[in-house]
Amino acid sequence: MKLKTFERGVHPSYNKELTADKAVVRAGLPGRVIIPLSQHIGAPCEPVVKKGDEVSEGQKIGEATSFVSAPVHSSISGKVKDIVMHPHPSGARALAVVIEGDGETRDWESDGGGFDLDALGPEEIRGLIRDAGIVGLGGATFPTSVKLSPPKGSRIDSVILNGCECEPFLTADHRIMVEESEKVVLGLKAIMKTVGAGSGYIGIEDNKPDAIEAIKAAVSSLAPDIRIVLLETKYPQGAEKMLIDAVLGRKVPVGKLPLDVGVVVNNIGTAAAIYEAIRYRKPVIERVVTVSGNGVKEPKNLLVRIGTTFDEVISQCGGLVDGMEKEVLSGGPMMGVAQKTLEVPVVKGTSGITVLAGSEIKPATHKPCIRCASCVDACPMGLMPYKIADMGRLGMTDDFKSWSGLACIECGCCSFVCPAKRPLVQWIRVGKVRLREAERSSSK
Amino acid sequence: METGLVISIVAMGGLGAFFAVFLTVASQKLKVEEDPMVEKIMEALPQTNCGACGFAGCHALAEKIAAGQAPVNGCPAGGQDVADQLARIVGVESMKAKRLVAVVLCRGGNAEAKRSVVYKGDRTCAAADLTGGEKDCAYSCLGYGDCVEACNFEAMAMNENGLPVVFFDKCVGCGACARACPRDIIEMHTEDRRLFVYCRNRDKGPQAKKACKVACIACRLCVKDCEVEGGIEIKDNLATINYELCPQDDKPTRRCPTKCILFGENERITSASFYAGGMQKVSGD
Repeated sequence: MKLKTFERGVHPSYNKELTADKAVVRAGLPGRVIIPLSQHIGAPCEPVVKKGDEVSEGQKIGEATSFVSAPVHSSISGKVKDIVMHPHPSGARALAVVIEGDGETRDWESDGGGFDLDALGPEEIRGLIRDAGIVGLGGATFPTSVKLSPPKGSRIDSVILNGCECEPFLTADHRIMVEESEKVVLGLKAIMKTVGAGSGYIGIEDNKPDAIEAIKAAVSSLAPDIRIVLLETKYPQGAEKMLIDAVLGRKVPVGKLPLDVGVVVNNIGTAAAIYEAIRYRKPVIERVVTVSGNGVKEPKNLLVRIGTTFDEVISQCGGLVDGMEKEVLSGGPMMGVAQKTLEVPVVKGTSGITVLAGSEIKPATHKPCIRCASCVDACPMGLMPYKIADMGRLGMTDDFKSWSGLACIECGCCSFVCPAKRPLVQWIRVGKVRLREAERSSSK
Repeated sequence: METGLVISIVAMGGLGAFFAVFLTVASQKLKVEEDPMVEKIMEALPQTNCGACGFAGCHALAEKIAAGQAPVNGCPAGGQDVADQLARIVGVESMKAKRLVAVVLCRGGNAEAKRSVVYKGDRTCAAADLTGGEKDCAYSCLGYGDCVEACNFEAMAMNENGLPVVFFDKCVGCGACARACPRDIIEMHTEDRRLFVYCRNRDKGPQAKKACKVACIACRLCVKDCEVEGGIEIKDNLATINYELCPQDDKPTRRCPTKCILFGENERITSASFYAGGMQKVSGD
């Protein structure tokens, strides 16, 4: 049988075998956490604690100030040491709350409100999700409560859970599907109820047979009407628009959102977090992080508290390999962001820490474009990367806009296939920054 | 064989003659009369279309000057000479040209700024800024020369310390370098300003000092040494000069522990002095 998928895309080496069979282990309790107040798309939070305050595990420390925002919570119990600007894994710097831990932990699963979806209305579920600070845990970090609040007049008929995890090296969602399949399925039911959708789908790539088995078992016992869709293993299968095309055959127009075609897509980890928010009233204070790559001594899937520094996480995986040149990425090799310092904290969107070393790091020399159009054949959005990359590089902002440079999802397929090794997606990102600047200065 | 040759010569010659007549007539009939003054002004302008005047190129400025909608000193790149010439053409009294000069407000080069990573991406500042570049300082010059690339007047170069320098004699003040800098380190200042804080770091003192030897650590010595109250202020951990008030002398620079506030430094570097120092002139492309 031919598996479902989208058009174009690429097949990188997935390297998932490093961690795919390793069960999630709880990371050691960090002595100090650095919790950025901006861990989501949208307005940063306002701190609601001061230097010297005692905070408990799960206490709200940052309050959302606008609709598109999500609160942040303390991931450990302890004392607020400082509120400072700190490097953020996105490459920027952001205001962060530094908390010195006192070693105490809380057992979330001992209490809570129970999981009775019939007793909760959509508005109540949405409130619980918002209070728990849940954002898209796949890495996009869009506030989930906002995503689940479709504007009046739009009708959502389907919810898709994204179990593709197409990014090489990462296995966090894979392990959640295997180990917490029931939470995932119940979380999906909660999402369907919130948006009033009739159908639920879980899209999983065919390179995760054990996850498919586990989810199948959970679905048949908990929610037989949810459909599991097997997808071809291809990058970027897990990109929202590609996934909708693969699962339902609907195309999301450029500049439109999935809800314009009646769909909401959520990540596997997000669904599990929604379950925990409803069942145990547990906010997002920890997440599964895959630590992998040939630069780490013992690759692992770790359950890490938000705010733990990359340094500490890596040291719990045996540390970095010696000798070779290393590149530490927040995320996977296709879309991850190279880090300048290991003092950056794990945030809600950190699905993995990939460390590449030695021969895995390619020199950054590139050659002239030979107009082979490999990038055009690979671009899942149907753009012409070689063209818009040059427009971005040269600052041709008007052309960049009219050639739909803003539609680029920055998946990196173009750079991956380019035989001249041109940094196409990087130039497109430069173009987006320049366009934004140009629009800002012209609106002044 | 022979006839083919004749036919092609006649045909091509005929076409040529036809178009010659057609184009001559057309150029006479469709002639656009241009204000002779605009033409004269154009001749006086530098015609580099640098955009410093704020209009869409030299011709647009020439039209505005001819129409009296722009002052004769409207071309910053031309300086006093051009302003005088334009005044003669337009027939008004010349105005003093306000000369702007670009100032690079970072001295954290390879020798001063700490770096703990290697950047392997595309070697332009715009791309390097996405991941933060090599230097620990998040406000510093990235050092890949987008500003030098943007300069149309051969008025900038990268020095051996990996920092851009502006040649005081060559800079026409068009501001292209300042627009190209993703970190806004380059600012345009009038010639009479001579005191500058060569640092943009807004981190707290110890952190700034750790990242760079010549960072402003907000010690307030220059604030105290400035003769006019409020001439220099600390804003976001950075000494900021208020040019409306601050007298332009070297008093505030004397006690600066990191030597990040300097007087008259930008006037020191000229094209001749720079290249006399053994640097090779590298042409843009």
